[in-house]
Amino acid sequence: MKRIAWLFILALLPLSPLSAEAQTPEEKGLAIAREADLRDTGFADQSNQMVMTLKNRHGESSVRHMRLKVLEVEGDGDKSLSIFNRPRDIKGTAMLTFSHATEPDDQWMYLPALKRVKRISSRNKSGPFMGSEFAFEDLGSQEVEKYTYRWLRDEPLDGRDCFVIERIPAYKHSGYTSQTVWLDKQMYQPLKVDYFDRKKALLKTQTFGEYRQYLDQFWRAHDIHMVNHQTGKSTHLEWSDVQFKTGLSERDFNRNSLKRAK
Amino acid sequence: MLERFSRGVIRLRWLIIPLTLILVAAAGSGVKNLRFDSDYRIFFSEENPQLLAFDALQNTYTKNDNVLFVLAPKGGDVFTGELLQAVVELTEESWQIPYSIRVDSLTNYQHTQAEEDDLIVADLVEDPLSLDQTALDRIRNIALNEPRLKNRTVSPQGDVTGVNVTIQLPGKRPDAEVPEVAAFARQIAEKLRNAHPDIEIHLTGMSMMNNAFPEASIKDMSTLIPGMFLVVILVLGTLLRSLWATVGTVLVIFLSIITAMGLTGWLGIGLSGPTSAAPTIILTMAVADSVHILITFLTALRRQGLNRKEALLESLRINMQPIFLTSLTTAIGFLSMNFGDVPPFRDLGNIVAMGVVAAFILSVTFLPALISLLPVKVSFSRTRTGMAMERLGDFVVQRRNGLLWGMSALALGLVACIPLNELNDEFVKYFSEEVEFRRATDFSSERLTGIYQIEYSIESGESNGVAKPDFLKDVDRFADWYRQQPEVIHVNTLTDTFKRLNRSMHGDDPAYYRLPEARDLAAQYLLLYEMSLPYGLDLNNQINVDKSATRFTATLQNISTNEVLALADRAKAWLQANLPPVMQAEGSSPTIMFAHIGKRNIQSMLTGATIALVLISGILIIALRSIKIGLISLIPNLVPMGMAFGFWGIVEGEVGLALSVVTGMTLGIVVDDSVHFLSKYLRARRENGGLSSAEAVRYAFANVGTALWVTSLVLVAGFFVLTFSSFKLNSGMGLLAGITISFALIADFLLLPPLLMKLED
Repeated sequence: MKRIAWLFILALLPLSPLSAEAQTPEEKGLAIAREADLRDTGFADQSNQMVMTLKNRHGESSVRHMRLKVLEVEGDGDKSLSIFNRPRDIKGTAMLTFSHATEPDDQWMYLPALKRVKRISSRNKSGPFMGSEFAFEDLGSQEVEKYTYRWLRDEPLDGRDCFVIERIPAYKHSGYTSQTVWLDKQMYQPLKVDYFDRKKALLKTQTFGEYRQYLDQFWRAHDIHMVNHQTGKSTHLEWSDVQFKTGLSERDFNRNSLKRAK
Repeated sequence: MLERFSRGVIRLRWLIIPLTLILVAAAGSGVKNLRFDSDYRIFFSEENPQLLAFDALQNTYTKNDNVLFVLAPKGGDVFTGELLQAVVELTEESWQIPYSIRVDSLTNYQHTQAEEDDLIVADLVEDPLSLDQTALDRIRNIALNEPRLKNRTVSPQGDVTGVNVTIQLPGKRPDAEVPEVAAFARQIAEKLRNAHPDIEIHLTGMSMMNNAFPEASIKDMSTLIPGMFLVVILVLGTLLRSLWATVGTVLVIFLSIITAMGLTGWLGIGLSGPTSAAPTIILTMAVADSVHILITFLTALRRQGLNRKEALLESLRINMQPIFLTSLTTAIGFLSMNFGDVPPFRDLGNIVAMGVVAAFILSVTFLPALISLLPVKVSFSRTRTGMAMERLGDFVVQRRNGLLWGMSALALGLVACIPLNELNDEFVKYFSEEVEFRRATDFSSERLTGIYQIEYSIESGESNGVAKPDFLKDVDRFADWYRQQPEVIHVNTLTDTFKRLNRSMHGDDPAYYRLPEARDLAAQYLLLYEMSLPYGLDLNNQINVDKSATRFTATLQNISTNEVLALADRAKAWLQANLPPVMQAEGSSPTIMFAHIGKRNIQSMLTGATIALVLISGILIIALRSIKIGLISLIPNLVPMGMAFGFWGIVEGEVGLALSVVTGMTLGIVVDDSVHFLSKYLRARRENGGLSSAEAVRYAFANVGTALWVTSLVLVAGFFVLTFSSFKLNSGMGLLAGITISFALIADFLLLPPLLMKLED
């Protein structure tokens, strides 16, 4: 009898994915994260141009250009390649990252001036990407295991219905204690993220704009802002030339491929 | 008119007393708006060029308000598992300090190291309790040979280390944020002390200094003001020998302070080190008016046998004009502090000026109204001081020639010693050794690293130019030059990072500890390094956004600010002679700011004091209705200041910001004595059938000698009470003002009368 009851419950579970009253906020948060992950699965590979503009409190700014290539990896973080174009001094420098959810990433960098690939061993996941306000952990693929989740409330943001979810990084050396995400209910993509630092003070706010859909499935923001509330500095990312399924493979994401990356 | 006013005061006393109390309560309720400023920047006006330069530098890079934990293990060795574990924990906890944006310590120092083709960037110390002696020795070796750590994060002997927390205040609640930071840091330090009783822990840094300002102010106000009240009550009680007269005076003082501080609150002026001296100074100033009125009143009661009402009327008749004049000149003197460049001293001048005006009004309205109601009794007919004053008058008249020459010689001799004073404004020494921050900072600068710095933002002239080999070579030469200067403890320069990276990129081969020779190589090293740094330890504090300029910091030994400026000048000359125009930079830092402040303020205060002097002399000439006497009064008004500064040169020899304001401040006070003396002297010459100058001098001594003696004594006592202040600023100011007022009394008693007799006969 008991066993039958259990079977019943198990059988019912998949039928009530998001709406069940009995769901705890943690379960609901996780379910939403899973759904978001699911909807973004299957893009295989992606490539785009990125222009990064750094600004300080004074409005002084500096611009970097790069090309990003990402290979989707099932069951682990994605593999990505960043190839720097400008400033001129670092043209041809390329960085290969195998991201992991809770472990330090594996990283290699090719320095054309030295004509060598250097493996970097560090805990930089929490550190800034190219001196910007983005940390590596903000940029890498958002695996479900990267955080624990808690649904807070539903609330519209700029006229769009959102889930508001708190997520807590699982990575031990993360720079954050928590993040609050406004996730668009239609796209299952973030519109805004608040980052809270190690003393739980608001550190940064990231906003996402100009979402476009590719292959009738994958939404990508083309206009991303990150503002550091503590230092007054900000970084702006502009994406262009976004392509999916260009036929990239593992062979394009290893040490040797770094040298010929373009 | 004066007669009508005086009679009116007595007649309307039942109206005046409650009305006064209501008005004082209205003004005084502003006290609730008083707040303490906790930022050393308040010492600089918004247009101060050194502040502007420093703010520009801070806006380009990271701000450097900071809290520095200084750890000295009693065993004398930093490189033990236990101590390093404490540093790891402290580093971790320091991230919790409110508004912290960066934590730098020996353990989280990002050490780079090569392993075949891997570049390993990691905390210098991880999990210290598991380290064996070999590993600890290795860490010691790295730390003591790393120019970025030695003399900055760890002492050269390896016996003291520091954890530096960079603080960026949002500035939304200016008076709450700093105390919040300090309280949290202290809590961490206390916890650490309990866990590790064998580690000596001190807390210093800019945030702790900012916090020390309100703390010391509050302490000062709660000890000095009661102390001063006690002194005043004792002196008045002894000299006036009347309980009710003393009570009346104390009430006038109290109400003057309440009024001035309340108005300060209404005006939104913040309390700071200098302004916290205001109540004590007002206390001192307010005594004089009451004393003059009461002494004449008591004398009239005793000697002339008048009744209370008549005696009061007589006192007001005699004293109204001199009291008005002295209050006016005193207020002008304090208002002249507005010419200075230092906002807290301007505020001090304005607060005291308000107090002086309040004291004047209260002394001629509230005080007589009150006294007319009190049962003031005369216990005996003549005071001993009164007789002594008459004898002093006789002595001065008899020995006038000897005194004239003797006093002139003394004055000239002391004035000649003025150049013995040297300018110095070491801001840490603004606090007395009793202040915790001062002791911690002294400890830190003796054992770990200096607190005085000169900072530069060196421009390469183009975007991403910090990677240019020529630029790096030039910066490196500048660093070499600085390191050769005997006053320099540490130089923080990006070129050391480049050298270390170059070495690590070549398998840690020491031969490669040199600057990269190609621009693209340097840029790529920098990118690689930048990409490998963890949270909070980025290069923003050393390179600007555009990578076109780098910050360069020299840390100095404890030297006088004059020597700091001399070093900065030498550095500037070296830059001009050796580096291209685009790389020319001005040194800036709080040290540099404070190094200029004394000089700037002395110059501006001299203008202010000169204008005040001209005004005051003009007022005296008109009020005394004699150009000649007005001009003669210049001598006893100016000489005491010269004498005091000369005396200071002999005994102290260092002047700075605090003393730059003494001239203007004491000018108005010093004038009081000569005003009282001269007004009595002239009254004798004009009224009593035209006495001879010698007789008039005797009259002046007999009639105002006691009052001058009492008021000067109270003034000197009041300013000497300030020498117990936690602020060296206030204690130096109090001491010099006390000395000046003492010399003023001497000049008015021993120099002015002989001079009058010489010039008037």
